[in-house]
Amino acid sequence: MPENQRTNRGASFGKLSLTLFFALFYMTTLSASKELSSKTENVSHSEPVAENHSHKSTHAVNESITHAAGHTETESKFEPGKMILDHVSDAHDWHLWGEGDHSVSIPLPVILYTSSQGLSIFLSSNFQHGHSAHQGFVLSEEGVVKWEEESNEAAIYDFSITKNVLALLIGSIFLIVLVVKMARHYTNNQGKAPKGIYNLIEPLIVFVRDDLARPTIGKRADAFVPLLLSIFFFIFVLNLFGLIPVFPGGANVTGNISITLVLALVVFITVTLNGNKYYWKHIFMPDVPVWMYVIIIPIEILGVILKPFVLMLRLFANITAGHIIILGFFSLIFIFGNMNPNLGFAVSPLSVAFTVFMSLLELLVAFLQAFVFTLLSTIYIGMAVEEHHH
Amino acid sequence: MQLVTPAIGLVFWMLVTFSILLFILKKFAWGPILGSIKDREDSINQSLSQAEQARNEMAKLQGENELLLAQARQERDAMLKEAREIKDRIVGDAKSAAEEEARKVMSRASDEINKQKSAAMDELKKEIASFSVQIAEKLLSESLSNNEAQQKLITHHLNELTQKASA
Repeated sequence: MPENQRTNRGASFGKLSLTLFFALFYMTTLSASKELSSKTENVSHSEPVAENHSHKSTHAVNESITHAAGHTETESKFEPGKMILDHVSDAHDWHLWGEGDHSVSIPLPVILYTSSQGLSIFLSSNFQHGHSAHQGFVLSEEGVVKWEEESNEAAIYDFSITKNVLALLIGSIFLIVLVVKMARHYTNNQGKAPKGIYNLIEPLIVFVRDDLARPTIGKRADAFVPLLLSIFFFIFVLNLFGLIPVFPGGANVTGNISITLVLALVVFITVTLNGNKYYWKHIFMPDVPVWMYVIIIPIEILGVILKPFVLMLRLFANITAGHIIILGFFSLIFIFGNMNPNLGFAVSPLSVAFTVFMSLLELLVAFLQAFVFTLLSTIYIGMAVEEHHH
Repeated sequence: MQLVTPAIGLVFWMLVTFSILLFILKKFAWGPILGSIKDREDSINQSLSQAEQARNEMAKLQGENELLLAQARQERDAMLKEAREIKDRIVGDAKSAAEEEARKVMSRASDEINKQKSAAMDELKKEIASFSVQIAEKLLSESLSNNEAQQKLITHHLNELTQKASA
């Protein structure tokens, strides 16, 4: 078992570093090309570019292509880094199409709590894409709600239904409807073979129960199976929703650190609450000479915290990296399009091909990361409830 | 940095949503699903073991049948063998009895023949004696007249006699 565990951890660690490497690689190339393009534009236009109408200066490519033909007054500049970050980050509205001030998006409720004003609830469309203030709040360029007067230092607790919260709710409702219907089908057809989509879900359920929980956790396994199934299907469904480019998908939910934080927290709490005496003895009274406790105990405590921390980071990094790579491939079209519209058209088939390939890979990753998260959770729980016979 | 900084709102909503999700799924989805999967597995296992049992029983019955069949065959063979023996014995007995009878008939016949033969011999002897006497009578009566005629007569009578005897 520890051998197996180590190889698993090693493999996922290698994968994590690989994805991070790729993400970094793309980010640096993109920001480099961004700098390059802005430099060339500064050189080519002697008159100052009137572009500061908007906070968000990202524009649609067709706009930039048509404008590049002649008029230079509203010359736009494509910033891939900003575009990508906008897409993988949370937002107060659900962007559908268009760029900057012309973009069409679904406004979402903003819910703020401040000590001075109490609860403030209003629609995010009141911000007018960050142009106007509402009830004393403004939307910053990063999409964060701030005080209108910059001198105001009071804390704002933002409980808004953001894009990720809505995506989270949609994904959860989808999952609940799916499996509750499945449960009803199963209770109504007791002892019969499953049908349709349930043929796809049941192997996953049986896989989590028979191949993850039971061999790893042992005789208490069945008590943890519902939790593990919930984690697995939650991550899997939201990963898949994240791959859909348009509403109701496209939100980078499982690639958001807050989401993975809570998931890891759930695992951490489960492990801590179910840890038996051997688990705690292993941490606070390990079988080493007493003078080594000074070193061992901090390490063990660090390990306890590090395990869920790694869970959190791995899922976040893998999913975000996948989104970034796909967006990066699309950015290539606009980067080249900014240099020369024809070049942009020439590059687009290549970009699309790469994006299709990456999307297929992401389908695999969607399953794989759900599986890895569940597997590691199972192993951590298994370590906590393992019975030792010395 | 915004990317790697947890947002309090999202954490809060995630906590709420995930708790409700866990509760609902555990109570209304995973419980019934896992239960019915387990039931189904149990019933399949049970059916399989029942089928196995039935198969074993079949095999046992078949074995018994074969044993019975073999016994019956053996019995039949024994009966046939016995019948053949009886037949052979009867035929043998009949044959020996017939032979005995034939022998008896033959011996009786040969006895009869012998008896007839001796009787015929006796008759012949008597005949010859009487013939001899008659010849002697005739010889005696003719001897007086002619020697030659005598000779002729004797030969004649003798021929007559021998012809009679041989006939």
